[in-house]
Amino acid sequence: MTAGTARTIALGAALFGFWLVLSGHFTPFLLLMGVVSSALCVWIVARMEPIDETAVPLGLRPSLLLYWLWLGGEIVKSNIAVARMILARRISLLPRFILVPTSQQSDMGRVIFANSITLTPGTVTVETGGKALLVHALAESFSTSLPDMDRRVTAIEGR
Amino acid sequence: MNLFIDIASWFFFSLGGLVLIVGALGMVRLPDFWSRIHAAGMIDTIGAEFMLVGMMLQSGLTLTTLKLLLIGLFIFIAGPTATHAIANAAWSAGEKPQGLARDDSARFAEGEKA
Repeated sequence: MTAGTARTIALGAALFGFWLVLSGHFTPFLLLMGVVSSALCVWIVARMEPIDETAVPLGLRPSLLLYWLWLGGEIVKSNIAVARMILARRISLLPRFILVPTSQQSDMGRVIFANSITLTPGTVTVETGGKALLVHALAESFSTSLPDMDRRVTAIEGR
Repeated sequence: MNLFIDIASWFFFSLGGLVLIVGALGMVRLPDFWSRIHAAGMIDTIGAEFMLVGMMLQSGLTLTTLKLLLIGLFIFIAGPTATHAIANAAWSAGEKPQGLARDDSARFAEGEKA
């Protein structure tokens, strides 16, 4: 089976799974409608653009789920730090624009890294470039874990 | 068991509500656009997600929980994308933060030209 066929089947299966969750009806006729409509969607997508790595990113490792767990922990930690700042009697900020080098090979990897930075409060990706991201941070303490995050995202990239 | 789940779900509702209040307070208290964006980040990460977890605990092992899980996943992906779009728009429009302790943006602009 070629990678293209695998991607097409994966896209169809994902669309049908999504349809199933949203519909909640399991009679044969409606299930058939679901299959038909997801197949129709796959056909339209295939006509519009090639079903490649960008459309169906199968290149990501399953350890993405473990990464999300780790990221969840980081988000909670930085949320507490930002909440402390907001609730302090006198707000003292040391905002900064910092350059964060990226080590990802693929666009998808860079997107995951940039989005992870934005997801953790205290840091926001402002501008993206080929080899680095411009990040706004509320204080220096928020940016210290970013190299570690960069390594973890590169590790789930695969290939 | 039911009581236990109820307590857990109300724990998440209260925690989520607290985060939403602190985030809203931050939107008011913080001095400029760039710092307020971080308070908004609190609201759309754990604020919204904790509320969803509370709702999932209330609905139990049903299709509704699966739908809530999907909503959570979409917020998880669309939230930072929207935040980045706003920050990037402000950056392009030349909005500069006050009192920067460090500024690498000139270095970044040079790197992009090279």
